[in-house]
Amino acid sequence: MSGLPKRILKETERLMADSPPGISAAPKDDNLRHFDVTVAGPESSPYEGGVFKLELFLPEEYPMNPPKVRFLTKIYHPNIDKLGRICLDILKDKWSPALQIRTVLLSIQALLGAPNPDDPLANDVAQNWKENQSAAIAQAREWTRQYAQ
Amino acid sequence: MSSDGDNDDFLYEDEYDDGFDQDEEIDIDSTSEPDVYDAMSPAIEEAPQKKPYDVSWKVKTLQEIIDMQNKEISKVQALLEVPSSSAAILLRHYVWNSEKLQEQFWNDPSQALEEAGLSPSSSPTARTTALPPSPTKRSNRSLRPGPSSLLKRTRSTQPTGPFECPICCMEYDYSSTYSMGCDHRFCKDCWIEYLSGKIKGEGESAKIQCMESGCKRIVREEVIDDLVTKDISKRYHNLLNAAFVADSPTLRWCPHPNCEYIIECSQAPTRMLNQLVPTVECKCGNDLCFGCGYAASHRPVLCRIVRLWEKKCADDSETANWLQANTKECSKCQSTIEKNGGCNHMTCKKCKYEFCWVCMGPWSEHGTSWYQCNRYDEKSGIDARDTQAKSRASLERYLHYFNRWANHEHSAKLDAEFYQKTEKKMEQMQNSGNLSWIEVQFAKQAVDAVIKARITLKWSYCMAFYLKRNNMTELFEDNQRDLERAVENLGYLLEQNISDTDSIAKLRQDITNQAAYVQKRHDILMDDTLRGYLERRWEFTVDT
Ligand SMILES: [Zn+2]
Ligand SMILES: [Zn+2]
Ligand SMILES: [Zn+2]
Ligand SMILES: [Zn+2]
Repeated sequence: MSGLPKRILKETERLMADSPPGISAAPKDDNLRHFDVTVAGPESSPYEGGVFKLELFLPEEYPMNPPKVRFLTKIYHPNIDKLGRICLDILKDKWSPALQIRTVLLSIQALLGAPNPDDPLANDVAQNWKENQSAAIAQAREWTRQYAQ
Repeated sequence: MSSDGDNDDFLYEDEYDDGFDQDEEIDIDSTSEPDVYDAMSPAIEEAPQKKPYDVSWKVKTLQEIIDMQNKEISKVQALLEVPSSSAAILLRHYVWNSEKLQEQFWNDPSQALEEAGLSPSSSPTARTTALPPSPTKRSNRSLRPGPSSLLKRTRSTQPTGPFECPICCMEYDYSSTYSMGCDHRFCKDCWIEYLSGKIKGEGESAKIQCMESGCKRIVREEVIDDLVTKDISKRYHNLLNAAFVADSPTLRWCPHPNCEYIIECSQAPTRMLNQLVPTVECKCGNDLCFGCGYAASHRPVLCRIVRLWEKKCADDSETANWLQANTKECSKCQSTIEKNGGCNHMTCKKCKYEFCWVCMGPWSEHGTSWYQCNRYDEKSGIDARDTQAKSRASLERYLHYFNRWANHEHSAKLDAEFYQKTEKKMEQMQNSGNLSWIEVQFAKQAVDAVIKARITLKWSYCMAFYLKRNNMTELFEDNQRDLERAVENLGYLLEQNISDTDSIAKLRQDITNQAAYVQKRHDILMDDTLRGYLERRWEFTVDT
């Protein structure tokens, strides 16, 4: 694919050669702006032991605009909805062109370790998380076993 | 030395300073004072005198708004001895409250500068230490790892050799890069793309920060003007002015299309909007509400009630749509009747049955005291036994008021259209020498009075919908009914065939008299209702 900005080439190169622990990201053969991503559930979180598939797309305006990221694996999390969309500040108004694919994926991994039911995307999950946390965590663990292994 | 409380009082008074000084001393916060009402009553006939529920205002041009900002900026610039763009950034950060800004600045200049997004030291190059990490808030859940080796940063203090921009990863000469003195340097191409996107794409202006994640440094005006195209720079300044107006409780843009005036009014702060309806007139010739920005007068209804009503109408628009249909069937012979004039007094062409367009009842009953078209018969809802019937009754109650609200708006439009046709006839009469120019003006004046009264009537139905049933509400509805009748009578007269020159003199006299009566009934309704807020006479079914 010609005309891919140097910034994207460099980021891709580095992601392939030296990816952060628990994270993998590789561009698709037919579209180098489209990445297949996996994120391992953080230790001592209900997602531990799970491997979650995501897709990441770099829009034409990247890095002035944030990448588009979505979970493909079903996940029980207050900030991730049924369609896999993620509620994360740096993917919206807190995006900076100095951030990278790597930082985005690390932030998503951190979000798995620290769910925030006060700023929910999936309302029913968030409600459950607040009202009956142990049941919610058990549910998240169960979904991880069922869908992410 | 005054306490904090005294200070508050002082500010409070200051806000109203030029407000009511032309009036007698009237404390609009006090509860009802009948003698005040009596004293003011004679003023009803003489229009120009300012009423206690009126506000004074000024119409400003965009240039005057720019001058206002520049004046504040140079004041702060001189007082704090900072560059003018820093003064502007400081003022915007403190929402143009220069007293608070000065207090914070003299308390800790470095902190005040840093919080506003400026370099804590006056000279950018003197800064060598890295920025402290941005405060971590719980809501910022994202992880922000430090600078990576890939996107290596070069200190702004070492302007030698080629520079690799951390955003686009391309190499540049230092002259083609820019840093705000915050240790974050990027190429000018990236800056231009970033700034243009923020301004054009996201409509940002005063709060555009450094491109580095987490760096709070604000980009200065002159930097933006220097980097972006003329068009985008113009848009940027428009956005800055818009933000200034939006941030100021005493300013509001005229909402009418293509109008660029700004209204200044210090007498209608939000907390007064439960007792004032601050209708003002822009230099473009249109009315607006200073309280909420509604692009017309919505007197005598409070802003909050207007918002509730509009939401309700939007929610119930489907049920309401059919009501706005322009055709109805004659309730006697079922032939279709189209409404052409604004008058509600309908006569079926086929069977000559006369009826009221709004309630479809026979017109003859509208003249008697027991028949009332304006008042919803609450009794019909009392029989409701189950919840289904209750919700049906509540819908019917809403439709009763909505129907009348929508009908007056529709009628005002039809009245205006009807007048256009009449005007042609009048011109002909004037040309044939039967009437002078002055003599034909009566129709225009009458139509203006009808339209104005219909707009007030329209809102009076919104008001009535939210009023609690009590004696005061009945008095309100009596005034409403009197105005409604006066308007319908005048509307009926205006729709008479005026081409007959023999009867024109009599018709003109009737119309002139009726128009004066409409005006009088209008002023009574308006005056009594607006005073009612100041005297706290109105009780609503919702919070105001
Ligand atoms: Zn910076
Ligand atoms: Zn660059
Ligand atoms: Zn205007
Ligand atoms: Zn208003």
